[in-house]
Amino acid sequence: MTAPPSTGPRRATGTPATTVLGAVALLALTGTVALGLALPLTREQRVYSRLIAIHPPVAWTAYLAVAVTAIASALYLWPRTRDRRWDRVAAASAEVGVVFIALMLATGSIWGRPTWGVWWTWDARLTASALMLVLYLGYLAVRRVPADIEVRARRSAVTALLAIVVVPINHMAVEWWRTLHQGRSLAELDPGSNLDGAFIAAMLLGFLAMTLVYAWLVVHRYRVEALEERLAERGLDAAIAERRAEAVMVDQ
Amino acid sequence: MWRDAVLIAGRDLRIEARSRVVVNQVAPFAVLVLVLFAFALDPDRGVLERAAAGLFWVAVLFSALLAVQRSFSLESADGTRDALRLSGLDPAGIFLGKALAVAAQLAALQVLLGAGIVVLYGTDLGRPALLVATAALATAGLAAAGTVYGILAAGLRVRETLLPLLLLPVVAPVLLAATRAWEAGLASVASEGWPWLRVLGVFAVVYTAVGIAAFGSLLEDA
Amino acid sequence: MTYVLAGYGITLVVLVLYAARVIVRGRTLARTVGDDDR
Repeated sequence: MTAPPSTGPRRATGTPATTVLGAVALLALTGTVALGLALPLTREQRVYSRLIAIHPPVAWTAYLAVAVTAIASALYLWPRTRDRRWDRVAAASAEVGVVFIALMLATGSIWGRPTWGVWWTWDARLTASALMLVLYLGYLAVRRVPADIEVRARRSAVTALLAIVVVPINHMAVEWWRTLHQGRSLAELDPGSNLDGAFIAAMLLGFLAMTLVYAWLVVHRYRVEALEERLAERGLDAAIAERRAEAVMVDQ
Repeated sequence: MWRDAVLIAGRDLRIEARSRVVVNQVAPFAVLVLVLFAFALDPDRGVLERAAAGLFWVAVLFSALLAVQRSFSLESADGTRDALRLSGLDPAGIFLGKALAVAAQLAALQVLLGAGIVVLYGTDLGRPALLVATAALATAGLAAAGTVYGILAAGLRVRETLLPLLLLPVVAPVLLAATRAWEAGLASVASEGWPWLRVLGVFAVVYTAVGIAAFGSLLEDA
Repeated sequence: MTYVLAGYGITLVVLVLYAARVIVRGRTLARTVGDDDR
């Protein structure tokens, strides 16, 4: 088990490394917001193309999170690489991922609203992502079922792999469905090929910022998971010690 | 593996023949769903007939949930699942057997629901070949995915609320593809429907493979 | 423009709130587990 090196009892989940990571992430995020909000108006979308610094980065991070959960789950299930650390990574990435999927839906919806006047357009990507949100809420629900840690890890890992397998199938099916129906599509809002360098820069900085934020969140969430496991083990040890003490008293 | 599958499938279907739960409870439920749709949508404005394919497959999905729950409640009696684990049967065979039994029950329900939409919604069964092919592939996928999630949720106290949350998002592409294919089939524009069978085929193959691979370990943890 | 600000705002607020939740949880757990170390 990876107990972090400690000089005395740890007071929180931070370490010098995460402080640096957090600082850089914050910097990148601030830069993104500053650059993004300062972007010029465009002919097609006037002011709304400023969301390009937020929505695509958040979307990319959501998919990254989901992929990490899948890979970590597979590594846990594979006997040669089985290690509870992978289970913790999967759990952390899934929870952070749910946050990013929700943000992807919110920002996507907000982006579409002024253009089309409705909050939801059954655009292919939003629809597939809405499904992805429910899939991973299901993963989190499975994790919350009380069980022995190894059993829970195995069960969650299988759940994650079952979920990731349907994500591409679903995306392709929904994409095909929506293009057949010529509905409104967020893809229309995608950056055109002749986009100003400032837009690309803001978007790329956004990608960097969100990825760093994701990393920082996952590391902390991972450590929280490790602490929870330690607490559960302590609780179990304490309970066993109590029973033993009872038994001794009875014998006397 | 196949021998064990036939053994389990036979056992599950024999239990059903004796207890008649699917016949007496799930089938009426399925028809009830069709009737409720008529309450919700206006029967007079042709909405029902236009939506018939989708409503049919939604009813199938809900019935599948019940069928899967029922399939795993057969083993919820004390010790039955242990007996299954220790029986020496190939887990992949157990998976295929249970999935086959669920598929058979779903097929019967679909025949009933098909009659239902013809009678209640006035649909014409345009291209039967497409409709049947779609139903076969979709049922395979539903049964496979349902059985995998069924065993995952089987031993849990929260399984009644967890199974729908887990299974329904996963089978959404089946609903999508089957409905599109049936829309084409019912409207006799079959050429637009056949391509969707690819999605159904991929789904069925993938989840059958996953079930064969994972069922053993999931059964151990159930 | 309100929509743009809403988009940025929601993203930042949600991320900050979630981060706070994780950090606070970490502190509480570390304290509890740390106590048992004695």
